[in-house]
Amino acid sequence: MATLDVAGVTKSFGTTQVLHGVDLTVADGEMIVIVGASGCGKSTLLRIVAGLETATTGRISIAGRDVTGLEPADRDIAMVFQNYALYPHMTVGQNMAYGLRIRGLPKPEIAQRVTEAATLLGIESLLDRRPRQLSGGQRQRVAMGRAIVREPKLFLFDEPLSNLDAKLRVQMRAEIRRLQRRLGVTSLFVTHDQTEAMTLGDRLVVMHAGHAAQVATPMEVWARPADTYVAGFIGSPAMNFLAGTLADAGQAVALAAGPVLRFADGPRPGPEGLPLTIGIRPEHIEAGASGLTLPLDLVEPLGSETVLHGRLPNGEALTVKLAGPAPAGPAIQVTLPAAALHVFDAASGKRLDR
Amino acid sequence: MKKTLFKGTALPLLLLAPQLAVTCVFFLWPAGAAIWQSVLQEDPWGTRSEFVGLRNFAEVLVEPEWRGAALNTLVFSTSVAVLAMGTALFLAVQADKSIRGANLYKTLLIWPYAVAPAVAAVLWLFLFHPSIGLIGRALNQAGLDWDYKLNGGQAMTLVIIAAAWKQVSYNFIFFLAGLQSIPKSVLEAAAIDGARPVRRFWTIIFPLLSPTSFFLLVVNLVYAFFDTFGVIHALTGGGPGKATETLIYKVYVEGVQNVNLGSSAAQSVILMVIVIALTAVQFRFIERKVHY
Ligand SMILES: Nc1ncnc2c1ncn2[C@@H]1O[C@H](COP(=O)(O)OP(=O)(O)OP(=O)(O)O)[C@@H](O)[C@H]1O
Ligand SMILES: [Mg+2]
Repeated sequence: MATLDVAGVTKSFGTTQVLHGVDLTVADGEMIVIVGASGCGKSTLLRIVAGLETATTGRISIAGRDVTGLEPADRDIAMVFQNYALYPHMTVGQNMAYGLRIRGLPKPEIAQRVTEAATLLGIESLLDRRPRQLSGGQRQRVAMGRAIVREPKLFLFDEPLSNLDAKLRVQMRAEIRRLQRRLGVTSLFVTHDQTEAMTLGDRLVVMHAGHAAQVATPMEVWARPADTYVAGFIGSPAMNFLAGTLADAGQAVALAAGPVLRFADGPRPGPEGLPLTIGIRPEHIEAGASGLTLPLDLVEPLGSETVLHGRLPNGEALTVKLAGPAPAGPAIQVTLPAAALHVFDAASGKRLDR
Repeated sequence: MKKTLFKGTALPLLLLAPQLAVTCVFFLWPAGAAIWQSVLQEDPWGTRSEFVGLRNFAEVLVEPEWRGAALNTLVFSTSVAVLAMGTALFLAVQADKSIRGANLYKTLLIWPYAVAPAVAAVLWLFLFHPSIGLIGRALNQAGLDWDYKLNGGQAMTLVIIAAAWKQVSYNFIFFLAGLQSIPKSVLEAAAIDGARPVRRFWTIIFPLLSPTSFFLLVVNLVYAFFDTFGVIHALTGGGPGKATETLIYKVYVEGVQNVNLGSSAAQSVILMVIVIALTAVQFRFIERKVHY
């Protein structure tokens, strides 16, 4: 059990810079999920924490000890890989015992710990099998078991669920969460799946092109995204973005699509006419008898709800999610509730608050 | 695997014909002739021959020279296999570490394989000749009494090194391929589990290479048994005395120099049985996928 400190970590492979200064503080027992699009540097960051890659600059500390220059073996961490990386020539039991044997633990204690972990994960009956005789889900459990028996300071997960089928993934997700809570081990979990991120993390790190775009709780990331990237990445269907300018002494936005909307939560700083990007989630848009006309070009019925895609008269795309069945007709009237608006500076993409 | 179905048997037979012809002319026919020869007693001029059953075999097996050659072969082939595989594994591990250099490495290390045995032997001769060889002279100047033409142990060492050198490249390719087929993440998992490089090698890499190693062991033994005639012939001619006379070399000495065709044929049949046995063992084990 320990804290983790990542301070100003950058990483370049040759001339391409992959991480541009990442800072992160993880509290004791916390589960942090690193989420982001493919290639944004999630795995690289995790591997730097593990000691499998060396950071170009910056420091890593685990439990207050600077481990930047240490070998993975000296960091007291455990990692679950996407392909599980089980030792193919060892049985499940030997796989789990390997790290303990290296540590020179007495045989009875190794046996006891392995049995305990196996029971916890429900794989006692598999201890004598070899990895190739296991299903994907069972391998996943063994990989978890191998991490657990070590009782490390830090768990690292690199997309451990992405090779499982959808149903098993949901099940293992819950299981990992329960296990992590129960053992109270500080954890870093990498995924590109936003549902996984929202449900697993105490806090999320949304990575974008080698930066940590936002570090916050899942609800905060959803309710108050720090920039347009985060806003568009979290939430499904993705948030709508509309162009506008600051108007009425910062009290309102004049949308390019026509209406002028007053901010519900007070004025924004900035000069009159400042270009803004207004974000609104599809589920927050209201359909009614009046408002903007939205000609529809695609209707997706999902049973309990309906997703409608259309284009506003000024050419901007808008997606609307409505409860219930699809409305009849080629167009609907929509209104954008002021309380649901997210305001971003159009130039920097950053959130503009009061 | 993809299966192609042919109609009838004419086309498949036609396609197989060249291979079958080569096998018949260069393998089955000589092998049959050797077996036939091995049960005959022939005078040196080939004018008369009589059927003697297994007497040639019985005589060969009790002959002290044959036993000496068998012992030489054991020492020789074991040493060649160990030296060639050990060196190749070491080089392959180095190459695997720096994949960047691997191509250059690979090219350099494959060269020996393309060199004809006799040419390779001449190369080693020029290196180790006691008076004109680069290394031979250096050894003598260093006070070591180096003359493989007089000292049997030195002669054996020399043919072992020369024979092993030729086989290193072949082993290297297989070991490198074996190493590269081990998933990187497995080694990383071991590193995180606390294993240092040496331990990782012996507990992860080495066991995972065991199918490759076993395959190579058989190949190297077969090579040392049968394919080293050229090296020995050009370097030591089996001497000094009979210090480097291996079984395959003795077949030649018996048949070509002593013109004792019956005995020579019996000896080559014995070798044939050994290689068949080795190959059978190999197939058994490869099918069981050694270790995992
Ligand atoms: N060893 C390497 N050499 C050169 N470039 C690398 C290396 N490893 C990663 N990269 C590059 O660094 C970037 C980030 O890679 P990384 O594996 O961290 O992405 P990721 O966020 O984990 O993506 P994914 O979700 O696809 O796993 C990628 O553009 C990748 O091409
Ligand atoms: Mg990755």
